[in-house]
Amino acid sequence: MTGTLERAAPAGPEAGTSRSPQAGGPSQRPAGGPGTEHVTMVAALNAALAGALADDPRVLVFGEDVGTLGGVFRVTDGLAARFGEDRVFDTPLAEAGILGTAIGMAMNGLVPVVEMQFDAFAYPAFEQVSSHLAKLRNRTRGRISLPIVVRIPYGGGIGGVEHHCDSSEAYYAHTPGLRVVTPGTPADAYHLLRQSIDCPDPVIFLEPKRRYWSRQAVPADPGVAMDQAVVRRVGQDVTLIAYGGMVTTALEAAAAAADEGWDAEVVDLRSLSPFDDATVAASVRRTGRAVVVHEAPGFGGYGAEVAARLTELCFHYLQAPILRVTGFDIPYPPPSLEEHHLPGVDRILDTIGRLQWDDNA
Amino acid sequence: MTASTLEARVAAALPPGGEPLRLISADGQPCEPSGVLGLPPDETLRELHRQMVIGRRLDTQATALTRQGRLAVYPSSRGQEACQIGAVLALREQDWLFPTYRDTVAVLARAVAPAEALSLLRGEWHCGYDPYEHRVAPQCTPLATNTLHAVGLARAAQVKHDDQVALALLGDGATSEGDTHEALNFAAVWSAPVVFLVQNNGYAISVPLAKQTAAPALAYKGVGYGMRSLLIDGNDAAVVYAAVRSAVDHAAAGRGPTLIEALTYRVEAHTNADDAARYRDSAEVEAWLSRDPLRRMEAYLRGRGLLDDAGLARITAEADRLAAQVREALGSEPAADPAELFDHVYARPTRSLAAQREFLLAEIADSVVTGTDMAGTDMAGAGQEQA
Repeated sequence: MTGTLERAAPAGPEAGTSRSPQAGGPSQRPAGGPGTEHVTMVAALNAALAGALADDPRVLVFGEDVGTLGGVFRVTDGLAARFGEDRVFDTPLAEAGILGTAIGMAMNGLVPVVEMQFDAFAYPAFEQVSSHLAKLRNRTRGRISLPIVVRIPYGGGIGGVEHHCDSSEAYYAHTPGLRVVTPGTPADAYHLLRQSIDCPDPVIFLEPKRRYWSRQAVPADPGVAMDQAVVRRVGQDVTLIAYGGMVTTALEAAAAAADEGWDAEVVDLRSLSPFDDATVAASVRRTGRAVVVHEAPGFGGYGAEVAARLTELCFHYLQAPILRVTGFDIPYPPPSLEEHHLPGVDRILDTIGRLQWDDNA
Repeated sequence: MTASTLEARVAAALPPGGEPLRLISADGQPCEPSGVLGLPPDETLRELHRQMVIGRRLDTQATALTRQGRLAVYPSSRGQEACQIGAVLALREQDWLFPTYRDTVAVLARAVAPAEALSLLRGEWHCGYDPYEHRVAPQCTPLATNTLHAVGLARAAQVKHDDQVALALLGDGATSEGDTHEALNFAAVWSAPVVFLVQNNGYAISVPLAKQTAAPALAYKGVGYGMRSLLIDGNDAAVVYAAVRSAVDHAAAGRGPTLIEALTYRVEAHTNADDAARYRDSAEVEAWLSRDPLRRMEAYLRGRGLLDDAGLARITAEADRLAAQVREALGSEPAADPAELFDHVYARPTRSLAAQREFLLAEIADSVVTGTDMAGTDMAGAGQEQA
């Protein structure tokens, strides 16, 4: 990478501007990137990494099995061969080591994009994340900037065994100094990852592994900033608020709700921290009812923050208490029982039904 | 590296008898050449002595400031001056230091302004200095976490082909942390230009080395990672300087990391808030005082005609002047700005943080006007809608 790195005149770490996805020219356009038809989320993520590596010589991709193998989900497939083992490489099996060395690299001008192989395997790195990644900018009055992206495949729904299916977003979202984003679609996977890599703040990038093989065309333009929520379906009666793997589930529930006579709006949060108060509150004010959906246990979960914020922001517009549809307050179940744990269309519909429709009839 | 070359290296670096490498004996006499490290030039030895005198004076001053309430707490470096001064003087301008909270003397020796270096312990701001100005990372409080940052910074220098070495300071207690294991392993696998200096001062707060490890020497741990390792007398500034300089040269030449265990002693309690009498005998402390690093270097320099009473008086006067400057700089209450609490959390404050900032400033303005106590104020308004 030496030659490329020395040749480059990279923007400073504060210059978090989006670069054109086509910066490398049509011949450089990675398969799965903008303009390609109906790619999987895995291919979109791969294209985003390839694009960032091609555009910015400071970018490095490393973690466990991300080199020769291309990642256990193949998100980094082919990147080591294309960009060389100085820029895309396997590390020893040690998550705190991956995170801690990424911090040192970022202090020295690089832009590490690291992979934690699975949600629960990221926990050994938690001290480095919470005590250093999140705090070094503040600790040094802004002198140290850590433009690091931590990619974490998360959540269940794929029949994974113990320690492979956690929804750990609340730990990160609760930590000041981190940004937490999670795409629900392949298009968002591409653009949110490019925006995260360009972002001067550390970003926890949660990839819903149950949607890794969903397909969608990726538009050339992201359309919205990385910290904005998006209305996925317009409706009048109730706002379903979801993120990551639950966006598709919420859309399915909204379609089913139409058969029951409820016109549901679906908001995809995309950014869990910071939270887009404006977009979400505008929707809830319009509909007067809201249901928050996530896989993680409800107690102390992210949905509690969403419900509390929206109650503060929209109290006089609400026709019913904001309800949550979440996983139970249990350790993630074994694969044979996970269908009972995960929020599904029926549970969301039942919850919509409890939004005190009769009281206002 | 073949097994036999590794063995040869280990044999050269780690004396089988466990006797640490030293260049100047406790009574100030030059030692037999070790074959691994040579005595630094006279000018370097004089500078080591001068800086140690200044370091100890500032350390004493900092401890005194805790009694006056000017510092919230201070973990003293007393007794460890040879390690901290020797290591810092061995670094080159472009190299990086990754210190812990016990290494304030090292931070000051790297030319960080005392008022900035003591910001953390004064309770003013977490890190008061610009790490890039003198290439000194923030002092690490969760121990051993800095070792990984040092390895990462060194790895970045390696891939950029920058001639830059990172020095991580850690203690005997920190060698039990998982991060140290991971850092040593990553450094060795990557052959990263990094130096680990373990100041083995015998205690992790109250826990003695025997309860920390069963290893015959912490230096032997480096061998397990395939790393050059040295065991040295940490109260001999000459050997600390020579060992760290040799490790820096080794790393800069692309030959990888070095682990140095320096045997030393924490003369003071863990901090001013600690009571060391609860876990160690005064006889043990007395024994170590006879191996004092300053007296040792002074005796050597006097014996060689490199220092006299007038010279020592000049250095002492300089140290007193610097201590007076520290007293003056820390003589008033820190002027911390509450608004700044929100300014550096992200590159640009989020809308929520901007609102919370306004909330706090309004609350402060209100309390100034009405004289009300701020305690117990409801923060619920912080989540209120932003236009």
